[in-house]
Amino acid sequence: MTAKPTMIEFRDVQKYYGDYHALRGINASIRAGEFFSLLGPSGCGKTTLLRTIAGFEEISSGVILIDGKDASTIPANKRPTNMVFQSYAIFPHLTVEENVGFGLRRAGLDKAEMARRVGDALAMVGLTGFGKRAAHALSGGQRQRVALARALILKPKVLLLDEPLSALDKKMREQMQMELIKLQRQVGITFILVTHDQEEALVMSDRIAVMFEGRIVQLDDPETLYRRPKTRQVADFIGTMNFLPATVLSDTPEGCEVEVAGLGRCRIAADQAPPGGNGQETTVGFRPETLTILYDGQAATVRETPGTVEEVVYYGDMTYYDVKLDGVSAAVRLSMRNVPGRPVLDIGTRARVAWSPDALVLFR
Amino acid sequence: MTSGGVLRRMGRSEAASGLAMISPTASYAILLLAAPLALIFIYSFLTDGYLEIIRTFTFANYLEAWTNELYRVVMLRSLMVALTVTAVTVLLAFPVAYFVSFHVDPSRKSLWLFLITIPFWTSYLIRVFLWKVILGYNGVVNSGLLGLGIISEPLQWINYNVGAVVVTLAHAYAPFAILPIFVALEKIDRSLLEAGQDLGESRFMTFLRVTLPLAMPGVIAAVLIVFIPTIGDFVTPQLVGGPEGRMVANLIQLQYLKLDNYPLGSAIAVSAMVIVTVVSLFFLYLNRRYLRGPES
Repeated sequence: MTAKPTMIEFRDVQKYYGDYHALRGINASIRAGEFFSLLGPSGCGKTTLLRTIAGFEEISSGVILIDGKDASTIPANKRPTNMVFQSYAIFPHLTVEENVGFGLRRAGLDKAEMARRVGDALAMVGLTGFGKRAAHALSGGQRQRVALARALILKPKVLLLDEPLSALDKKMREQMQMELIKLQRQVGITFILVTHDQEEALVMSDRIAVMFEGRIVQLDDPETLYRRPKTRQVADFIGTMNFLPATVLSDTPEGCEVEVAGLGRCRIAADQAPPGGNGQETTVGFRPETLTILYDGQAATVRETPGTVEEVVYYGDMTYYDVKLDGVSAAVRLSMRNVPGRPVLDIGTRARVAWSPDALVLFR
Repeated sequence: MTSGGVLRRMGRSEAASGLAMISPTASYAILLLAAPLALIFIYSFLTDGYLEIIRTFTFANYLEAWTNELYRVVMLRSLMVALTVTAVTVLLAFPVAYFVSFHVDPSRKSLWLFLITIPFWTSYLIRVFLWKVILGYNGVVNSGLLGLGIISEPLQWINYNVGAVVVTLAHAYAPFAILPIFVALEKIDRSLLEAGQDLGESRFMTFLRVTLPLAMPGVIAAVLIVFIPTIGDFVTPQLVGGPEGRMVANLIQLQYLKLDNYPLGSAIAVSAMVIVTVVSLFFLYLNRRYLRGPES
């Protein structure tokens, strides 16, 4: 994986719209053949960044290299990138076939070769037999497949996807996520996905760049991003994270000793605790699934604390509990798998809450 | 089941309330449009007698209208003038509409459209007279050129001919052409243009392959809106056309009011309507092809 060459490189990319500073010094490289996601809330600059790769936005300063070449010298229509637009941008005056074959005009193919390639592209996205349909006679999912086929038929080095799944319903979206992953493995080209849906990014990506206010705040693989978010902001954006105030007692290369409100004295491994001084007032975070409720008869552990159930949210396979730990004002959220013989607790129940040893992440 | 019950049910139905709602307009249209048209249609098959109309059915009027050299020339001229005006107007209107739609700041668009419609604040007749003043023997163009010493005597070929008719009509109908094209351009999703470039086409090719086909419904609408009224225009050829610029409406007026030949006038009028209908249907067919109905 690390041996793969760089496909896209951003070097201190800045973008202003008048006074508005949309991209504030983007530095990142995207490897050839990886599924890369730009994740962030709306207005964070992720779509702008994607559009700078496509050539639809000019950058104010900095350099973008596409496959080693300075992108500023290549106009949008000559770049080795193709885009799947958020609205899909299917040409309404053309049939499915004509849409998919749109970019092949310049290749000067004869009719038979053209039809063969369009047929192959439609087969790849599962739309065989739809070629003669009018564009407006397609469903949302079909339009998206047409947009994919239309982009991939040109064999780009990079496929850019601008929130392609946001217009689909949940079931369709999950199905398309799996299909996109398979498709990316099949064609082996770089996919760059823009999304505001953290779950989608986690499911699909090899690596994710989390963006806030025009900056990339963390760039990691999904697991690292989920388990070791670098800032509270990232932790809060990706999944659910509980936060409790804490004081650092000792800071050694092996890890930290912290005093956490409600949990007491805890150790945090060095890779989950950035270095800093002792005695500092900080925050620790932990995911709902790293906490568990101990039922009657389960052995006591050193890492447990009493609390009161304040809210119960039943999801079928899981139940989420908001539990107010003794001595802490805000409730923490924890999730329990619903297995036979483990009753769902009522609001107001007193419970013993235990946590796993590597649950805690320290934020400075 | 009594008829009263049926009527009562009809009275409650949606169709009935719909009909009730359009009935004032419908009766207006029937009385003032359909009825006169039917009358003209009937006249066109009657025989002209001196000072009266003889009620004998005949095709003679149509034979005369379609075979007489004079009428044919005027009809063809009307067709040519209308087509030229349409072509000139639409070709000049497209860039204006394109500019307003694609290059004017969205907050200023309504101001631009407002400015484009300003000529409508003046009566059509006055606008035609204005061109008479501009193009006339002692008009603005001639006195200007004389004053500058470019010409030594007034140009006479700029007024009272087909050219003057074309210029006047093209000016009068420009807003009619700009507005539908503007609307069609406004409706184009801008990401389609980006998609065109993303798929390897230059700006110009994207214009040809995406913008233009999608603007076609507006262009066709503009063509029809300009073509249909100009081919039957009466005032402009009368005022700036001179004898060479006479068009079919002037001919019909001549038959009706000067020569008192209602049947022949009607036959020419009906023939002109048929020609306009055929040309319009052709353009509508083109439009249908660009729009690709859901059935295809």
